[in-house]
Amino acid sequence: MTQTMKIVSVAAVLVVLAVIVPHSSSFVVLLTTRAMCFAILAMSVDLLLGFTGLSSMGQAAYFGVGAYLTAILAAKFHFGLGWDFWLVVLMGMAIGAALAALFGLFAIRASGVYFLMITLALGQCVWGLAYRWNSLTGGDNGINVTNRPNFGLDLTNERTFFFLVFAFFAASLILLYILVRSPFGRSLEGIRERELRMQILGYNTWLHKYIAFIIAGAFGGLAGVLWAHTNGLISPETVVLTTSVDSLLMVVLGGAGTLVGAAIGSGIVFALREYLSTLVPWWQYALGGVYVLTILYLPTGLMGFPARLRQIRGASTKNPSKSGDAKKLASAPS
Amino acid sequence: MTSRLPRKLNPLLLGSALALGLSLASNAQAEELRIGFIAPVTGIFAQIGKDMTDGFQLYLDQHGGKLGGADVKFIVEDDQGKPDTGVIKAKKLILQDKVNMFIGGLLASTGYALAPVSTAEKTLYISSISSADDLTQRQLDKYPYFARTSWTSSQPEQPLGQWACDQGYKKVVTIAADYAFGYESVGGFQKVFEDCGGKVIQKIWPPLGTKDFGPYIPNIKADADAIFSLMVGPMALQFPKQLRAAGIKKPITAGGTSYDEFVLPFMGDEVIGDVSALHYSAAIETPANEAFVKAYRTKYGKVPSYYSENNYTTAMWLDEAMKQAGGKYPGPEKFIKIMEGIKLDAPRGPVRMDDMRNPIENVYIKKVEKKKMFGYDKAELWNTVIKTYPAVSQFWTYGKEKFLKQPVYSRDFPACKYCE
Repeated sequence: MTQTMKIVSVAAVLVVLAVIVPHSSSFVVLLTTRAMCFAILAMSVDLLLGFTGLSSMGQAAYFGVGAYLTAILAAKFHFGLGWDFWLVVLMGMAIGAALAALFGLFAIRASGVYFLMITLALGQCVWGLAYRWNSLTGGDNGINVTNRPNFGLDLTNERTFFFLVFAFFAASLILLYILVRSPFGRSLEGIRERELRMQILGYNTWLHKYIAFIIAGAFGGLAGVLWAHTNGLISPETVVLTTSVDSLLMVVLGGAGTLVGAAIGSGIVFALREYLSTLVPWWQYALGGVYVLTILYLPTGLMGFPARLRQIRGASTKNPSKSGDAKKLASAPS
Repeated sequence: MTSRLPRKLNPLLLGSALALGLSLASNAQAEELRIGFIAPVTGIFAQIGKDMTDGFQLYLDQHGGKLGGADVKFIVEDDQGKPDTGVIKAKKLILQDKVNMFIGGLLASTGYALAPVSTAEKTLYISSISSADDLTQRQLDKYPYFARTSWTSSQPEQPLGQWACDQGYKKVVTIAADYAFGYESVGGFQKVFEDCGGKVIQKIWPPLGTKDFGPYIPNIKADADAIFSLMVGPMALQFPKQLRAAGIKKPITAGGTSYDEFVLPFMGDEVIGDVSALHYSAAIETPANEAFVKAYRTKYGKVPSYYSENNYTTAMWLDEAMKQAGGKYPGPEKFIKIMEGIKLDAPRGPVRMDDMRNPIENVYIKKVEKKKMFGYDKAELWNTVIKTYPAVSQFWTYGKEKFLKQPVYSRDFPACKYCE
């Protein structure tokens, strides 16, 4: 499939989503909204995991500060409930980026499993703060956000709110796509493949990774702002380790390094965890099974499914056409 | 005459048919009462969730699946013991299943999370376990569609504070789960105990779900006369075992969940003599309770815990309210009004609602004893009632106005004046 075709098909899916979902039951609308918030978070993880090769276990921290900022401003100061909501969006992204800039100083110097451990520890610091700083965060009870913003558009309406989150989701997808296709994104991929070679080529790989980390933090913060209004309750449960792990698993499930895969992963996890769980008691087995099967048979995630299919088909044909591969290689962008 | 009457009625019929058609959604439910039930089915609190569901189910089964003449559609949703998940499950019940009311929620923090959902969705929420104090106190105005059939966290602990003081304890160390329920329980105990002249000299807060108390037990001050413990779920099993194993023999006066029948059968003889306070004990010797315990045990093979009783009584309460409403759900405001006027003779004893929609009920001071009860032929651990405080209100003896002037019990209130 060519790049244009891919873009067109993703755009088509987005349009279908925007047309169909608002006409389904309000619970489905709510679930899709929730899944899209997490899709933004998962895409920010994908920027690190799939494109830079950094497996961050602390993405919930940026998500959390964005969410807590929104919740505290809304619940305590009634700020961000009108036009100033857009200000809160910017502030949420800024605080996510700022925290990532701080944490990045500690985390970026490490790589591999050490990077994972450091981000995990830093993420837990934020959880600890949320749990302990009672006067600000409400401790274990968390903060209830009862009012959604109303700026001409009344976002209390689940369907209107769906479109807002949808817009943010689509915009994030486009922005991140442009980013990873840019020379900067290409050099990130270079770092993922072989950092030493990039260094020899004269790239400041630390700075590249640091900037990617900050950008991921900003998108994490954005997801948090939206989540505060989607969920209506922000508690330490929001920033708990499970949130980080979930977002990482979503990326792995959908396919790292594809962005769209992160969104698909998020959709599947939410469908199983929050929809299937209302139907059957064994939903956890289904979720576990999906994870195991994906890792075993689709190590590149669900987005790797077409390629895998081609591979199987190619293997079953006795005479795999070498010329086809050569042609593909030649046409691939260098 | 006979031919003119129907003609007169025709437009009326047409009108009502139209109205019926227009409000199809609400009328489709008229013959049945749709009840959503939120309880942990998976996770560390799964067993408690089972007790909750079983309690409600037992009452339904005893009454042919009907409450006040209406067929009940009983939908259980799993909140995994997490407030966050509880919120989305409550929304699912309201949006997808179009329930008339939702019931349940285990943790106090879940109660604080679910009450706003009831306001936002204008759906009745009955808290059958979750005991978050402030929902029926300072925050009640925010939740017009909320009522409680269980208790507030501090409700049994306030009498316990008095009782501990009456025993002549002067200095007490508290150790309690680190969340809203723990703060409110300790707060209630401390307030009354100190107003009576006692001193809380240390407060220890292990996190909810702590499995190893090794780091906390050695810190317990040696000069304390007694220990107030408040454990939830599996924590309750571990604490007394480790405490006694560490050689600390101080008497324990505990929040009810530390020795509830949910954990009691799994405890060793080291807990004999420990005292706890709650608004229910399976060992209350009344015919109503004996019948309940026997029916429950026959059906589910275990002694009912307060989690079971509270939900059984909730079903009983709904039954009575539906009867008075004529078998048709009258909407949340009206239903709450009816519930407020009901006096029940529940297994736990007489129950009625105060004007802040929280029950007024007996509080039992209970001592763990090994004995035979209700004709069962094996000696087992039971929570023998040693003192009953009748008709205890959530405001204890302080009176509503005075009580509501102080802040909600928290980690910092009442301040630990005698801690060093």
